Amino acid sequence: MNYFPDEVLEHVFDFITSHKDRNSVSLVCKSWYKIEKFSRQKVFIGNCYSISPERLIARFPGLKSLTLKGKPHFADFNLVPDDWGGFLYPWIKAMAKSRIGLEELRLKRMVVSDESLELLSKSFPNFRSLVLVSCEGFSTDGLAAIAANCKLLRELDLQENEVEDHRGHWLSCFPETSTSLVSLNFACLKGEINLASLERLVARSPNLKSLRLNRAVPFDMLQKLLMRAPQLVDLGTGSYVHDPSSEAYNKLKAAIQSCNSIRSLSGFLEVAPRCMSAIYPICKNLTFLNLSYAAGLQSNELTNLIQHCRKLQRLWILDCIGDKGLGVVASTCKELQELRVFPSDPFDAGNAAVTEEGLVLVSAGCPKLNSLLYFCQQMTNAALITVAKNCFGAIVRSCKGLKRLSLSGLLTDQVFYYIGMYAKQLEMLSIAFAGDSDKGMLYVLNGCKKLRKLEIRDCPFGDAALLEDMGKYETMRSLWMSSCEVTLGACKTLAKKMPNLNVEIINESEQVEFNLDDRLKVDKMYLYRTVVGHRKDAPEFVWLL
Amino acid sequence: MAKEGLGFEITELRLGLPGGSMTEKSVKKRVFSEISEEEKSNGKSQVVGWPPVCSYRKKNSFGDKDGSKTSKFYVKVSMDGAPFLRKIDLALHKGYSDLATALEKLFGEALRDADSCEFVPIYEDKDGDWMLAGDVPWEMFIESCKRLRIMKKTDVKGFGVLQPREALKGTMKE
Repeated sequence: MNYFPDEVLEHVFDFITSHKDRNSVSLVCKSWYKIEKFSRQKVFIGNCYSISPERLIARFPGLKSLTLKGKPHFADFNLVPDDWGGFLYPWIKAMAKSRIGLEELRLKRMVVSDESLELLSKSFPNFRSLVLVSCEGFSTDGLAAIAANCKLLRELDLQENEVEDHRGHWLSCFPETSTSLVSLNFACLKGEINLASLERLVARSPNLKSLRLNRAVPFDMLQKLLMRAPQLVDLGTGSYVHDPSSEAYNKLKAAIQSCNSIRSLSGFLEVAPRCMSAIYPICKNLTFLNLSYAAGLQSNELTNLIQHCRKLQRLWILDCIGDKGLGVVASTCKELQELRVFPSDPFDAGNAAVTEEGLVLVSAGCPKLNSLLYFCQQMTNAALITVAKNCFGAIVRSCKGLKRLSLSGLLTDQVFYYIGMYAKQLEMLSIAFAGDSDKGMLYVLNGCKKLRKLEIRDCPFGDAALLEDMGKYETMRSLWMSSCEVTLGACKTLAKKMPNLNVEIINESEQVEFNLDDRLKVDKMYLYRTVVGHRKDAPEFVWLL
Repeated sequence: MAKEGLGFEITELRLGLPGGSMTEKSVKKRVFSEISEEEKSNGKSQVVGWPPVCSYRKKNSFGDKDGSKTSKFYVKVSMDGAPFLRKIDLALHKGYSDLATALEKLFGEALRDADSCEFVPIYEDKDGDWMLAGDVPWEMFIESCKRLRIMKKTDVKGFGVLQPREALKGTMKE
C-alpha cells in the first residue's frame, strides 16, 4: 500500500468527502490512518457527549469544519428539562486553546452563550460559517460580536432558535468593508432591525445567495432587497402583507420577475393571500417550499400555488391543505422527496384537516418520497385496522427508501412488524402511544439494520425488549425511552454490561438515587454510545448509571 | 393520539419509595389528568409534549395580524347583571377553552351570585351581527370579534341550554 508518497495519497483523499468513506479509509492501515487524520477537515459529531473536545482535537488536528448536536430530539417537545446539557463553550475554549483553524460551525440543540459566540468570533481568523439550529442561550449581543469580528464571514444562518432580542442593531455591526456574505438567515429573530443597514449590507454583498428575513421586515423593503439581489437562490420573506392594487405590490411583481434563480422559498408568517400570485412566476423552478408558518393561507390558495411547482422536492405545509390538496401535490410534484404536514393548531392536532387518505395519495403519487412528517386526525378503530394493513404497509412498501419515520396513535405490534420487514433503510424512528408489547420494539430493533436513532414515549415496551440485544445500541447513536415499562434495574444491567454506552436517567422528582428499588419504572431514559465515558457536566437531575 | 380506549395510561408511580407516599412528580401527574378530565371528553389531549410539535413552532404558529409582536385584541366584555364592563385581550388566549377560563376569572363572582340561571356567550362581529361564540375557528373568531357579551339564557330566544364554558368549548369543527 505504500507505493505512493504521502502527498499523492493526501491528494487522492481530498476527493473523498463523505464521513463514512473517510472513516473507512482510516481503517485500512496505519499509514492511511495517519494521512487521513491530518488531512481531515470536516467532522460530524451527532452526539456531543460521544466524544470530548480534547480527543476530537487530538484525533483531527486539521479540523476546519465541525458539526455538533446536543440535546436529544425529544427536547423539542419539552421532554428534556432545562440545563440538561449540550454546552458549546467547552468546545470553543478547547479549539481556541489548540489554535484550531476553525472555519465552519454547525450546531443543533446546543446551549450557546453570548460568551461562547464572542470567544468564537475572536479566536478563529478564518471563520466563515455559523449555522445554529434549535439552539438557545444567546442574545443579539452574541450575534453582534460575530458580525463585527468575523471579517471573512460568509454564512450566518439562524434556524428556529430562541434568541433574546436586545435590539442592539447587531446587523449594523457588519463593517462597511464586509462584502463576503453568501447566506444570511435571521427569520427567527423577533425584534426590529435596522432596515437601512440591511439594505446597505445586501447591496454590498454580490455573492449573496440566501436571504431569510424576519417578520419585522416589511413588504416594501422586500421589493428593495430583491432589486439589490436578483441573484438570490433562497428567499425567506418577512411580512408579506400589502394591498395588491398598490404601487409597492407592482414593484414587487417586477422585482420577482428578475429573480429567476430562486429555488427555495419560505417565510410568509404574515401573509395576504391576494398577494400570492406575484410569486407564481418563480414557482416552476422551486425545489423547496416552506409554507408551514403561513397560517393565513387557505387550502385553495395553497393548491393554486403548488400547481405551479412541478419541480418541488421538499414541501413543508400546514394541514389546512386537506386531503384534496394533498391529491394535488401527489399529481403535481412528481419529484417530491420530503413532505412535512404540520397541524394548523399545534396545541390540538386532533382537529387536523388531513386523514390517512391524503397520505396514501402522496405515497402513491410520489415515488421518490423518502422523508415524511404527517399529523393527521384521530382515527376510528376500523380505520386504524385498514391503515395498519394497507396504509403503513403500503407506504413502507412503496417508499422503500424511507429513512425517517414518526408514528403515533393506537397502532398495534403489527405495524412494527411491517416496519421491521420493509423499512430497511430506516435511520430514525420516533414512536409515541403505540404498540401492544415488547414484540413491537423487537421487530424494529431486529429488522431495521440501519437504525441510528430510536426514540419512544408512552409505549408498553419494557425490560425484555430493552435487554434482548444490547449490542445493537453500539451500532446506533442513541435510544430514548420515556413513560414506557422499563425498570431501573434493567437500565443498571444495561449500563453495567455495556461500558461503551452511557445510560442516563432523567429524574424530575425529589427522589434520591440510593433509596430506589430496581423494580421501579423509569420515567425518562436516554442512552448513547460514547468513547469518553460519563460526562462531567450532568446536572443533578440526570443520573449516570 | 392518546384517545378513547387508551385513555391515559400514564403509569401511576414512576420513582418513589415502594409502597410509600406519592412523589411530587406523581402528584403533578394526577393533577394533570384531573385538569385534563374535561378536556378528555372533548378529545383534547393535554399530555406534556403532545402533539409533538416543536416548541419553537408552537410559539410562532399564529401570525400576528398587524405586524408588531405586541399586537393586541382588546375587546369589551359585558355580562348581564354585572356592574362593570371588562376588557380582555383575545390574543393572549389559545382557544375558546382558554377564553372560558379567563371569563370565569373576570366574572366569577357575578356568575356565582346569579341565581341558578344560565348564560350564553355571544359576540358582535365586524358586520355588526350578534353571533354565538364557538362556531368558527379561533383565529377567525379573534379577527372578527368586536365585543363580547355574556347573556342570560332567559333573555335569549332559540338558544340551547348551555353554560358559558360548555358553549365556548363545544365542538368547533366536529
